[in-house]
Amino acid sequence: MHELSITQSLLELALDHGRKAGGGRIERLHVVIGELSTMVDHSVAFYWDLISQGTAAEGAELVFERIPAELGCNRCGCRYQLSQSQLACHSCGSTDISILAGDELLLKSIDLTRDSVEAGEGAR
Amino acid sequence: MTERVKVVERILDASERLADENRRRLDQAGVVAINLMASPGAGKTSLIEQTLDALRGNIRIAVVDGDIATSLDAERAAAAGATAVQINTGGQCHLDSAMMQQALDQLALDEIDLLIIENVGNLICPAAFKLGSHYSVLIASVPEGDDKPYKYPGMYRGVDALILNKTDLLPYVPFDLNYFRRGVEVLNPGLTFLPLSCQTGEGLPDWLRWLGGCVPELAS
Repeated sequence: MHELSITQSLLELALDHGRKAGGGRIERLHVVIGELSTMVDHSVAFYWDLISQGTAAEGAELVFERIPAELGCNRCGCRYQLSQSQLACHSCGSTDISILAGDELLLKSIDLTRDSVEAGEGAR
Repeated sequence: MTERVKVVERILDASERLADENRRRLDQAGVVAINLMASPGAGKTSLIEQTLDALRGNIRIAVVDGDIATSLDAERAAAAGATAVQINTGGQCHLDSAMMQQALDQLALDEIDLLIIENVGNLICPAAFKLGSHYSVLIASVPEGDDKPYKYPGMYRGVDALILNKTDLLPYVPFDLNYFRRGVEVLNPGLTFLPLSCQTGEGLPDWLRWLGGCVPELAS
């Protein structure tokens, strides 16, 4: 159910930016999801179809860009991907680690089609 | 003609702004709020009962209970002497800043020193939703197993203190404390670690001491 609240926030954010850009139909949303943000994208897509109905973003395509979690060792400088069995540095074993990527949960951009005579009802 | 409009905004920004507003309300009223998170059965309600018992008469405590449907936990907190507000999330797996706002509306904040928020039992979602609390505390428990930091890194990263409950079961359950703590150390270096047992009371004074450092009324 966690994805429902995220999808609602995503919709509000997209509609808001669509309006600010002068209105029109939102055709596509480019969403960036980091591995550590614990969001299941097919679940977001499921809610999206339901809650976008009747809005300027109805039926818009969701394009997900997934960012794998990347950790960096502050001792030996090595960079490695997250694995479930070992979090400590894979090369020197240090636990002094920074998370370099994988935290993201953001709306990067929207594709907007300006209102025309036919599509005028799409704006809100 | 389709045009790409740049946004680059965090999806939960609006909900986090509301959390900031909750925080301002708490600060204005001089309330310290602690968000207690754990998987179901780790001992959130038991720890709250023990805490209420130990601090009765010292400070004024209220409890906000997030639950999917029942009010059993709020009843337990009320029975232990706290003002309790139940928030039924209606199936949603976490409390969010809007529900927290509703809970704050139901409380006389000026008459409270410490607000304990019992989040919905879940190790995934509550980590992503800020409420406006001052401190986040995670309760792990021995029977859950020592691999939880590795499986739920998001939860372990964002907390200010980690309790390991049910330490009385350590002799009976395979739980490698070093493996557990090593995972925690990577995710949250230097995290306050409070092993305890709500059953035997062992370790509870350390938790109360930590709490004392958070709540000015307890420090004096």
